[in-house]
Amino acid sequence: MSLDKLLVDGGPLILGSQIAIGLTIVSILFLVTYLKKWKYLWKEWFTTVDHKKIGIMYILAGVVMFFRGGVDGLLMKAQTARPNMEFLDAQHYDEIFTTHGVIMILFMAMPLLIGIMNVVVPLQIGARDVAFPKLNALSFWLFFAGAMLFNISFVVGGSPDAGWTSYFPLAGKEFTPGVGNNYYAIALQIAGIGTLATGINFIVTILKMRAPGMGLMKMPMFTWTSFITSIIIVAAFPIFTVALAFMTLDRLLGTHFFTVAAGGDPMLWLNLFWLWGHPEVYIVILPAFGMFSEVIATFARKNLYGYKSMVASIVGIAFLSMLVWVHHFYTMGSGPAVNSVFSITTMMIAIPTGVKIFNWLFTMRKGRIKFTNAMLWSLAFVPCFTIGGVTGVMLAMAAADYQYHNTMFLVAHFHYVLIPGVVFAVFAGLYYWWPKMFGFALNEKIGKWHFWLFVIGFNMTFMPMFFVGLKGMSRRMYTYSEGLGWEGLLGFSAVGALVLAAGFAALCYNIYWSFRYASRDVGNDPWDARTLEWATASPAPHYNFAKTPEVSSLDEYWVMKKEGRTNLKKEEITEIHMPSNAWSPFFMCVAFGVVGFFLVFEWFTLAAISAVAIVIGLIANSFDYDEGYHVSVEEVEETERKWRGELK
Amino acid sequence: MSAHTQSTGPLEYRGLQNQMNILGFWIFLGAEIVLFSTLFASYFVLEMNTAGGPTQEELFKIKDVMIETMLLLTSSFTCGLAIHQMRENKLKGLISWMIVTLLLGLGFIYMEVTEFIHYVHEGATIQTSGFLSAFFTLLGTHGLHVSLGIGWIILLLIQLARRGLTPVTARKTFIASLYWHFLDVVWIFIFTFVYLKGMVM
Repeated sequence: MSLDKLLVDGGPLILGSQIAIGLTIVSILFLVTYLKKWKYLWKEWFTTVDHKKIGIMYILAGVVMFFRGGVDGLLMKAQTARPNMEFLDAQHYDEIFTTHGVIMILFMAMPLLIGIMNVVVPLQIGARDVAFPKLNALSFWLFFAGAMLFNISFVVGGSPDAGWTSYFPLAGKEFTPGVGNNYYAIALQIAGIGTLATGINFIVTILKMRAPGMGLMKMPMFTWTSFITSIIIVAAFPIFTVALAFMTLDRLLGTHFFTVAAGGDPMLWLNLFWLWGHPEVYIVILPAFGMFSEVIATFARKNLYGYKSMVASIVGIAFLSMLVWVHHFYTMGSGPAVNSVFSITTMMIAIPTGVKIFNWLFTMRKGRIKFTNAMLWSLAFVPCFTIGGVTGVMLAMAAADYQYHNTMFLVAHFHYVLIPGVVFAVFAGLYYWWPKMFGFALNEKIGKWHFWLFVIGFNMTFMPMFFVGLKGMSRRMYTYSEGLGWEGLLGFSAVGALVLAAGFAALCYNIYWSFRYASRDVGNDPWDARTLEWATASPAPHYNFAKTPEVSSLDEYWVMKKEGRTNLKKEEITEIHMPSNAWSPFFMCVAFGVVGFFLVFEWFTLAAISAVAIVIGLIANSFDYDEGYHVSVEEVEETERKWRGELK
Repeated sequence: MSAHTQSTGPLEYRGLQNQMNILGFWIFLGAEIVLFSTLFASYFVLEMNTAGGPTQEELFKIKDVMIETMLLLTSSFTCGLAIHQMRENKLKGLISWMIVTLLLGLGFIYMEVTEFIHYVHEGATIQTSGFLSAFFTLLGTHGLHVSLGIGWIILLLIQLARRGLTPVTARKTFIASLYWHFLDVVWIFIFTFVYLKGMVM
């Protein structure tokens, strides 16, 4: 590829974005320099290994990516609002639905969930940090490198355009030349390594670092779901690693894994992709279920109904998640026997999911419900998600699926699962845990605007898509002719998308407003909550707990409050051992980003030369014997006194 | 993080951080099993798709493969001896047996690279057919793992020579040995289900 083709040349839209991106980067660099914040950024954020800060960086990246993916969605809605629109051309539309899908799943949903997991799980189990703090930082920075690499495809070289599923043979070099799909293969690979490391990290953290007395069946539900999610990550992500490696080899080295010629098999890609892709859906949904469980129990002011059946359900969902992947391609001709098996396993998923829905409802029954924003999101989740679930069972029936396979009906279905399931949960989680992260709460009044605009906009956008799908519109169509009976529904849907966007804008405004004006005096436990993360200051001190709590029951903090065991005595404070900051994760981010970029453009010599940086990073890491540092008793006392008052 | 120090038992298990690192590595090996399973499954899907190119029968030479197998299996044994020396707190024995392990590993890599060069000269490249793409990728991934393992253990030997046996160096060495044995297990599957199966089919 020659250098003059490096920047995408695609008319006013792209040019505008290129200028906007350039200006944003320059102004950020200028602002940081002007405010003399480089040292602060480096010391407090780029090199941090603190799980709470890493979690906040994940959340920040996730919100930014939500914006990017949301703009993609708005562009698509604008293009299909009227028949025969000429706003985007077919190529541009293909690129936009591809990046929308990839970004929303992998660079929005994943980091927001993993971010909240990072902040909350160690606090919930009474730990000082995760098992491998430096690896945790590396996970974040690899995710970040992958996300940035994927995003620049938009202006440098061209975006992937074969759908987020990138089916072969379409995604092969023959039908999709150019570098777009190389970005897909390589950026997701880099981010995927980080995710796998996160999975391992959280399994070990939850198995080994729980506070004394916290047996597995005394863990908060969000910790349980994070644990099971981590197990699915470890079981599923290596499959994607291999699939992406095959894709990379096919595109870069001309191998024949998925080509029709020379003995490749395009169906192999489909199977591998969905063997990862379906569990991936549960990777994003299970932590969300955990968040709803925490929020509903707190604001119904009751313990979670059916705790044991909740645990059994998530284990059941995790098990079934590995056995349903063929339902994504019933129409590919696997035959009635195979389709029937996968049809049944798919429908079986409705059982544990139904158990969970009823448990949430029973938790609320006879509870004294407080309608906070976090609770509103959880309440809206139940009916909206159930629509997604029921249409999922419709799609699960193989014979019927031939009717709506690859139509807008399917698109509406998975948006009804993923938006209430994941996005509502993230919002509920953000409103709920915001005080613990930052020491102030988000504004409840602006939050109501956010809530109503978003929920109404969501239903307006996606409900019509069920019907337009049943009327025969297939997904990924960039335009359509008049008189098909679609324009009314699609026009309405486009208006809904604007309402949805207004809801997101209200969230951003809420964050801004609360950052500037909200009261800093929220206390350690603003919601009168039940689990251990509320037993320490808001925001949590870097060492989390001055004294490791001892756990005697489920909902330990609730019990502690009842029994008056929340005090800290002066003589209980001891020195606390903490891990030191590390530069190597950020260094690896840059190294992987550069190597990935060269590989995308198939500049192999440059890639090999810069790969030396990765090796150097690994060697430096191996020789690093830093054993952390100790927080002095005085510092702990000082910090604790600030929020507890005088210690006795 | 914590100061739970276990003062008895093998050196590498002393301290919570060491125990967590070892557990974490076992889980990583679980992920590696999924990775290699996927590679094997893909190979089995594509193994008959030779697209008019060379077949398994025409390519594989039992003698060379047997030598590779013996080299790697022996290296796993010497790696076990090295860890045994470590448990006896004998640093010299540990380093010596590890060096033997690495030499055997290097021998294996040498044989494998020669084998690949030989195949390429016979017109069997990674671009020839679905079968050969899957074959070179599966074997290449294993070979790459062995090469990385060699580099890694060299780094550990430097650290052992400098710092002697401490809970940390012992844990690092122990984890590297788990990795080495794991690669041996993968090779047994490659030997059986790629080479032997390919030659009799």
